[in-house]
Amino acid sequence: MTSIAEKVIAGDIRSVARLIRDIDDGMPEVREVLKELYPHTGKAYVIGITGSPGVGKSTLVDQMVAHLRKRDKTVGVLAVDPTSPFSGGAILGDRVRMQRHSMDQGVFIRSLATRGHFGGLTQSTRSAIDVLDAMGKDYILVETVGVGQDEVDVVRSAHTTVIVVIPGMGDDIQAIKAGILEVGDIFLINKSDREGSDKTLSDLRLMIDMDQSKYDRGTWKPPIIKVQAVFDKGVDEFLEAVDAHAAYLAETEGGLDFRGKSDKVRQELREMVKARLIEEVLDRLTESGEFDNAVESIIKGKTDPYTACESLVLPTLS
Amino acid sequence: MKQKRRVRVMVAKPGLDGHDRGARIIARAYRDAGFEVVYTGLHQTPEEIVEAAIQEDVDMIGLSSLAGAHNYLFPAVVQLLKDRGADDIVVCGGGIIPDDDIDKLKAAGVKAVFTPGTPLNEVVQWVEGNVTPR
Repeated sequence: MTSIAEKVIAGDIRSVARLIRDIDDGMPEVREVLKELYPHTGKAYVIGITGSPGVGKSTLVDQMVAHLRKRDKTVGVLAVDPTSPFSGGAILGDRVRMQRHSMDQGVFIRSLATRGHFGGLTQSTRSAIDVLDAMGKDYILVETVGVGQDEVDVVRSAHTTVIVVIPGMGDDIQAIKAGILEVGDIFLINKSDREGSDKTLSDLRLMIDMDQSKYDRGTWKPPIIKVQAVFDKGVDEFLEAVDAHAAYLAETEGGLDFRGKSDKVRQELREMVKARLIEEVLDRLTESGEFDNAVESIIKGKTDPYTACESLVLPTLS
Repeated sequence: MKQKRRVRVMVAKPGLDGHDRGARIIARAYRDAGFEVVYTGLHQTPEEIVEAAIQEDVDMIGLSSLAGAHNYLFPAVVQLLKDRGADDIVVCGGGIIPDDDIDKLKAAGVKAVFTPGTPLNEVVQWVEGNVTPR
């Protein structure tokens, strides 16, 4: 086993931090380490938290960490913030709400930027989850802004997916309806002391109740819980709902280790193949100059993008 | 994917300053230069800053101080990084810092000190010239 893998399994903070950096920076060497870590994963309980900017996800995560620590559980946090599409830089500010845990050796917090590489967010975040899992964290909380397919995929790979909304975002609920409503296992109405929280509650309930026939057959019915994260209100009730969902998963799916589940493994492997294919093919075409030549040909009107794409991709695959 | 390493920096406010406009402007300038910027918020102890910097695997910490405690706080961060074997993380600082203190801070291991009036591009270029993403 590589010394990095050994140190990660032993919980060495610097090694974990550096490995996640290497994953994020797309260093090919990490693959060997991840292979070695895989047998040591599958023990952590992963909770995905998503919702529009400003609904209080980071504050909520901060309270979750505090509550889980009271239960003597160790916690890893991955907080994803968007990369600027113009400069490629990012301001990662989720930590501001969580810094009180920074001296706690049972908590590891890492900010990640979306970086915008194709399928990359899903891939690198999943690998980062594996790293925190292998280092022995009991719970891993993944916080993302719930926009874009990649981010939805990230939270989908969690055991429990939590959707956070705030009162007065009626149209917003309409917007998430199509995208992430279906993937929510628990709905939270944060800042519920604000006007309109009952309206939001009934809107959500109406949408969830539409699937009543499913719940009658025994599938999980997502609870809706009012919380005020900043005042630590409702967080206990929320974590009890997480426990109930975990118990449901354990019972209906025969355990919480995703590594033995066909649909999860299938989904994960598909993502991995997709990301790796794109990486290998694009790298090859870029290095050989074929990609730039094709761009040039299209600009000069010698060919069209459809033909160019075919002549780039098909030979690489044969 | 054969990517270039992205520069990761941390902007931190040690001590009791109640005001972080300057730190936020610096963070914004770093972001616009293409860096990933972790911001810690106000009222951080040197211990908290160093722990966060290690977990975030940043290449540099930029410390901001306006309240006069820089002579204690900045060297404390440098020393703690050394203690943790993380002194490859570069430390620079800025804020209300008298000229007389700058040499002392540099002697203590703070690599650069930026005072009011420094153009933002100078602050950014210093990082580009002095911080290598690992």
